Amino acid sequence: MIPNFNDPNFLLWLIPLGPLAAFFIISLATNRARMLPATDPHYGGHHPDYDGMPVPVVRDSSRVLSIFVGMSGIVFAWILSWRVFFAAQGLPDFGEVVFGSQINWMSLGETMFRIGVLADPLNALLLFMVPLAATMIFIYAIGYMAHDPRQARFFALLSLFAGAMLILTVSDNLLFLFVGWEIMGLCSYSLIGFWFEKPSAYRAAVKAFTTTRIADVLMLLGIVYLFGLTGTLNFRDILYNQAVLDGLYNTPAILFGGSLNAAELIGIFLIIGTIGKSAQFPLHVWLPDAMEGPTPVSAMIHAAAMVSAGVYAVIRVFPILEAGMNPHDGMFSASMLLLVFAGGFTALFAATIAVAQNDVKRVLAYSTISQLGFMIAALGIGAYVAAAFHLITHAFFKALLFMAAGSVIHGMEHGEHHVHEHAHGHGDGHDAHADAHAHDDHGHDGHHHEEAAHAPHFDPQDMMNMGGLRHKLPVTFWTFLIGGLSLAGFPLITAGFWSKDEILADAWLGLSHGYGPQTFVFVMLALAAFLTAFYTTRQIGLTFFGEPRTEEAKHASLGAPIVNIPMVAPLVVLAVFALFAGYVGVPPDFPIFGAIFSGGGKNPFFEFVNASLLHPIPKPLFTEVWPAVLTSFGVALGGIWLGWAMYIRKPLVAGQADPMIAILGPLWGLLNNKYYFDELYAIVFIRPSQAIARVAGDVIDKGVIDGFLHLIARVATFTGDLVKVFNAWLIDGFGDSIPVGIGAFGRWFRRVQTGHVQQYLLLVAVAIIIIGLIFALSTGLFQAQAAGF
Amino acid sequence: MFTVPILGIDYLTFLILAPGLAGLLLLLLPNNDNLLRAVALAASTAIGAYAVFLFYAYVGQAGNLNGGYLFEVSYPWFSPIGANWHLGIDGISAAMILLTGILVPLSVLVSFEIHEGVKMHMALLLFFEIGLFGVFASLDLVIFFLFYELSLVPIFFLIKEWGGANRQYASTKFFLYSMGGTLGMLLATQLIGWSMSLTELGVPSFDIVQITQYFPALREGQTLLGQPVEVIKALAFTGFFIAFCIKVPVWPFHTWLPDAHSEAPTAGSMLLAGVMLKLGAYGFLRLVIPFFPDVWVRPLSFFGVGNFNAATIFAVLAMLGIVLGAFAAFAQTDIKRLVAYSSVNHMGFVALGLAVTAYWYGRSYTEGVTNPELLQSAIIATNGAVMQMFNHGLSSAGMFLLAGAIYHKTHTRDLTQYGGFWVKAPIYGAIFIFTSMASLGLPGLNGFIGEFLVVRGAFSVFTWITVISMLGLLFTGAYILKGIRAVLHGPFNMHWKDYDLEIDRRELIAIAPLMVLMLVTGLVPNWILTTINESVTRMLSGLL
Repeated sequence: MIPNFNDPNFLLWLIPLGPLAAFFIISLATNRARMLPATDPHYGGHHPDYDGMPVPVVRDSSRVLSIFVGMSGIVFAWILSWRVFFAAQGLPDFGEVVFGSQINWMSLGETMFRIGVLADPLNALLLFMVPLAATMIFIYAIGYMAHDPRQARFFALLSLFAGAMLILTVSDNLLFLFVGWEIMGLCSYSLIGFWFEKPSAYRAAVKAFTTTRIADVLMLLGIVYLFGLTGTLNFRDILYNQAVLDGLYNTPAILFGGSLNAAELIGIFLIIGTIGKSAQFPLHVWLPDAMEGPTPVSAMIHAAAMVSAGVYAVIRVFPILEAGMNPHDGMFSASMLLLVFAGGFTALFAATIAVAQNDVKRVLAYSTISQLGFMIAALGIGAYVAAAFHLITHAFFKALLFMAAGSVIHGMEHGEHHVHEHAHGHGDGHDAHADAHAHDDHGHDGHHHEEAAHAPHFDPQDMMNMGGLRHKLPVTFWTFLIGGLSLAGFPLITAGFWSKDEILADAWLGLSHGYGPQTFVFVMLALAAFLTAFYTTRQIGLTFFGEPRTEEAKHASLGAPIVNIPMVAPLVVLAVFALFAGYVGVPPDFPIFGAIFSGGGKNPFFEFVNASLLHPIPKPLFTEVWPAVLTSFGVALGGIWLGWAMYIRKPLVAGQADPMIAILGPLWGLLNNKYYFDELYAIVFIRPSQAIARVAGDVIDKGVIDGFLHLIARVATFTGDLVKVFNAWLIDGFGDSIPVGIGAFGRWFRRVQTGHVQQYLLLVAVAIIIIGLIFALSTGLFQAQAAGF
Repeated sequence: MFTVPILGIDYLTFLILAPGLAGLLLLLLPNNDNLLRAVALAASTAIGAYAVFLFYAYVGQAGNLNGGYLFEVSYPWFSPIGANWHLGIDGISAAMILLTGILVPLSVLVSFEIHEGVKMHMALLLFFEIGLFGVFASLDLVIFFLFYELSLVPIFFLIKEWGGANRQYASTKFFLYSMGGTLGMLLATQLIGWSMSLTELGVPSFDIVQITQYFPALREGQTLLGQPVEVIKALAFTGFFIAFCIKVPVWPFHTWLPDAHSEAPTAGSMLLAGVMLKLGAYGFLRLVIPFFPDVWVRPLSFFGVGNFNAATIFAVLAMLGIVLGAFAAFAQTDIKRLVAYSSVNHMGFVALGLAVTAYWYGRSYTEGVTNPELLQSAIIATNGAVMQMFNHGLSSAGMFLLAGAIYHKTHTRDLTQYGGFWVKAPIYGAIFIFTSMASLGLPGLNGFIGEFLVVRGAFSVFTWITVISMLGLLFTGAYILKGIRAVLHGPFNMHWKDYDLEIDRRELIAIAPLMVLMLVTGLVPNWILTTINESVTRMLSGLL
C-alpha cells in the first residue's frame, strides 16, 4: 500500500527527505572537482597556498548543480513543512488531535520498537521556523561561499545539517530525536572544521564535538533509563499519559534513589544533554569557538538548528521534568531547579562576557549562550510557552544578526583586499592573495604570535577595526540594527521584546507569590537583559557609527552582485520576522497592542502551543504582571541608552581605547578572557585525560600486563636453562665442565637474542598465567562452596 | 524445502568444505599471480553469495523452525568418545556466517596489493574461512574445538609471513596466547564430555544441544574422578572463560591484539578484527552461558571480602575494556594500533551485553526468576551484543582497510607523519570520516544500534558499571576524532606533496559494500535484527 502523501499524517515523513536526498546526490554525483595548482585564481577563499601543489577545485558545473540540488531539497522541505503547519492551523482541537504515523523498526523480544513522525503544536512551531531560516541560510551561502573551492561539499553538509534538524523536529520519539541530534553534532563538527587546514578551525571542531559528546553520553543514559521503565520512547505515550508520568514520579531512581525519583533522574540526564547542545554553563565553551566555521554555519548552529534543538528537547520533555510537581504553585522537582540555576546563571554569566568582546561574531556567540539561558530558565519556572516563544523569535533575529555580521566581515575582507591591491599595485593580485591566505591560516583567536615576524595582523572581525560602516553597507546596517534591537528587546516594535517580556512576566508571577526560583530567575534575567541591550548597542556603535577607524573599513563593500544579492536578500526577509514575529503572542489585555493583535481575548501563540500539554499552564494576566512589563521597558531602554551614550553619541576614533577598559579596570581582563574557563578546563580535564590515556596505553598494557608476561617468561626460561646447564655439567663430567658450562651459557645467551627463545619464553609465560588463573579462580569457587553457598 | 543436498553433501558441510576446496584448487594452479587473484576472488565471492543464500534461507525458514536449528545434520564421526559431525545454525550463527561470507571476498580483493607469495596468501585466507564457518556451524563440542584451533594456523602464517616489521613477536605472541587459552578449553571440553555420563543422558557426549539440556542439571553430591561435580564445573567454566576472554578480547587478556592487528597485513587485520574476535563472543553465547548458568551467578567472595558473582566480574572486566581500551586508543600514535585498540573498546560492549545475558540466564535457571522486565532487559542486551558483533565486524574491517590503504601508499603508520591528507584525497577523506563515524557509534549508522541496545539492557542490571562505561563512550569520540584529525585535518605535510594518496579503485570497490551495510543497518536494523532477536528470545525465555 502506498500511503497518501497528501495526508499530513504521512506527509511528515517526506519533510527531512529533501535535504537528506540533496546530501546524497551532491556527495555522490555533483561534487566533481578538477585539480588546479593552488596558485590558480579559481582557488579562492580561506585556503593555504600549498606551494602551488595541485588541489581539488569544484567544477563550475558542479558548483551550480550542487547549489541547485541543495536549494531544491531545502525548499521542498519548506513547502511540505508549511503545508503541515497551516493544515494544523485549520484544526480547532490541534494538540489533543495530532498528525503522525508509525512503522516497525526494531524487534526486541516479543515487542516491536516503533518509530514514527509527529506534528503537535510544539514542533509545528519548529516546522514553521526551521526550514524558513535554513532556506535563508542556504541562499546566503550561495553568495558567501561563491569563491570557495569546496562549495559543493559545503552545500552537501549544510543539507545534511538541515535534514538532521528536520529528523529531530518531526520525530515522535526520543530515540530518533537523538539520531537527528547526533547527526547534527557531526555536521557542526564537519562545518566548524570546514576550513580544515586552519589549526584554530579543527581545534574548534574537535572541541565542539567532544564537549557536546560529554553531555550526549549522559543524555543517552536518560533515554535508556526512560526506555527501560516505560518500554517506549514515544512522546505521546509518555508525555501525554498521566499514568506513565505518575509512575515515573512514584518510582525511586535507580541511582541516588534515596533522594531522587525516576522522573527527576531521567530529567537531569536529558537536561545535561541540552546543557551540552545549547552551550549552557559549564559546557558553554565550545559555542564561541564554533564561529571558526564559515558564517552560514554559525547562523545554522546559533539559530536554525543545533542550539535550538537543545532547547526544543527540554521543552519537549517538560512533562517529565515537572512530573508530580507544579512550579506555578511553587513546587519544584530537582530537574526543574537544575534548569532554573543553569539557565539563570548562564544568562547573566554569558552576558557579562559579551560586554568585553571585540570580535563581531564572538559578541553574538555569547549573546546566544545568554539568550538560551533565558529559555532554559523560563522552562525551569514552568514558563513553557514563553520558552518556546523566545526560541522562535530568537532564531529569527539571531540568524539575521549572524548573517549580517558575516556581511560585515565579508565587506571588511573586501576592503582589506582593496587596500592590499592598492599597496602592491593592481597587477600584483597573487601576492595579496597569498597574504590573505597566510593570515587566515592563523585564525582569529590568539594565534597571532605565531607570525610575529610578519607585519601586524589585520583582523577583519575585530570591531575596533571597523566604524562608520553604515554608509558602506547600508542594507546590512539597517537589518543588523533591526536584529540588534530585537535582541535588545526594544519595546513594542520588536519580536524580541514580546518573547522576553513574557518570560519576565511569568517569573514575576512567581516572585509575587514569594517563590524563590522565580525570584532568582527574574533578577538574573532582568540584569542579563540590561547587559544585552547594552552590549548590542555597543556592537552597533563600534561597527556602524562614527568614522572608519582603518583604511580597510573605509573601502568595505560587498562586491559583485552575484555575491551581494544572495547575501543581502535573506537579511531583509529575516528582518521582517525579527520585527513582526512577536505580534502573534501579545497578551490580550496588553494596552492597545492586545486589542490589535489578540482580538477576542485570546493570545494566539499561547493558546496554540499550550494545547500540546496534557495539563496546560496558567496564563499570566497583564494586570498581575505589569511591573514585569515596566522592568522590560526599563532594562531594554536603559541598556540601549547607556550603549548609545558611550559608543554612538561619542563614537570611538582610530587608536582610542574602549572606554569600558577604564571603567571595568581589572575586571575587563577577566571578562575579555571569558573568566579563563578554557585555561581551567585544559588543566582540570584535558591534560589529566591525556595523562590517563598514556597510562592506559603504555604503563598498564605495555608495562604491567606485557611486562608481567615477559618477566614470568624470563624467570621460567632461566630456571629451565639452569637445569640444562646442570645436566650438561653432570653428563660432561667434572673436568671440562667449566669451559663447557661457560660455552653453554654463551650459546644460551646468544639464543636469547633470537626470536626463538622469546617465543619459548612467551609460551611458558602464557601457560603459567593460565594455569595460575585456573587455580586461583577455582579455589575461589571452592571457598565459596566451603562458605556454604 | 532444503533437503536436496549439493553434490551429495548437505548445506552446511558444503559451506565448510567449499573454501577448503577453493584453497586447494589455488595450490594446484600455475604461479600466475593475476590468475590466482582472479580465482581466489571468484571463489570467495561465490562462497560469500552462498553464505548470503544460507542467511536468507534461514530467514525464510525461521518461522517454521519451532525451536531447533536449521540445516541440522549429525553423522557419527568419532564414536569411541561420542563425538558427532553435528552441524546446524540458528539466527545468531546465521548472522555470523553472513558476516564471514561478506568479509572474506573483500579481504581477498584488498590482498591484490600483495605481490609476494600470492598463491599462499590467498589460499591461507580461504583456509581461514574454513575455521570460521566451522565454528559458527558446529553443534558438537569436539568439532567446535577443532575448527576453533584450525582458524589460528592460517592467520598465524599470514601475520608471520606478510606482516609488518615486528611480525615475529606479534605472530608468536598471538599464537601462544591463543594456544595457551585453548589448553584450558581442551581440558574443559573433555571434562564436560565425560561428566555427561553422570547426567540423565547417561553416556559421554559432546553434543552442544544435549549438553545445554542436561549438563547444567548436574547437582551437588555427584562426583567425577573423585572430584565433586561443582569443582568440575568450576574448572570447566574457568577453562572456557579464559579461552574466550582471550579471543574477544576481554581486558586484561587483550595485549596480544594491538600487536597482532597492527602487524598483520591489511586483509589479515580485516579478518582478525572483523570475524575472529567474534569467535570468542560466540563461544560465550553458545557454550559458556548455556552450559554454566549456576556458575555464573554463584555468590563469590575474594578472601571473604565482597559478595559478587562471575557475571559481575565479567561486567567489570567489560567496563575496564571499554574505558581503558578507549583511553589506550587515544594514546596511540600508530594508526593501526589506534584502530586495534578501538576493537578492545568496542568488543567491551559485546562483553557487557553478554554479562547481562549470563546474569539473567543464571538467575532465571537457578532461582526461577520470572521478572518480565529483567527478561526484556536481557533480551535487549543480548540482541545488542550480537548486533555489536556484526557491526564491529563491518566497521573494524572498514577501518583496517582504510588504515591499510594509507599505509600502503605512505609506508608509515605513524600518525604524526600524516596531516591534511583530505586536500589530496577527497574521496578517501569522506570515506574515512564515514567509517570513523560508524565506528564511533553515530546514530543513523550501524554502530549505534548495538551500543544503544547494550546500554539499554545493561543499565537496569549493572547500573553503575554502565555509567562508568559511558566514560569509554566519550573517549571513543576522542580517539576517533584524533584519528580523523591526524590523517585528514591540519596543515598538509609537504613531504607527501608528490604522492598519490587517493583511494584506489580496488579499495573503493572493497569498502563500498561495507559502507552500504553500515548505512542500511543503521537505518533499518530489522533486516538482520529480527532474525537475531528470534533466536535470542527463544534462548532466554525458554527457561521460563
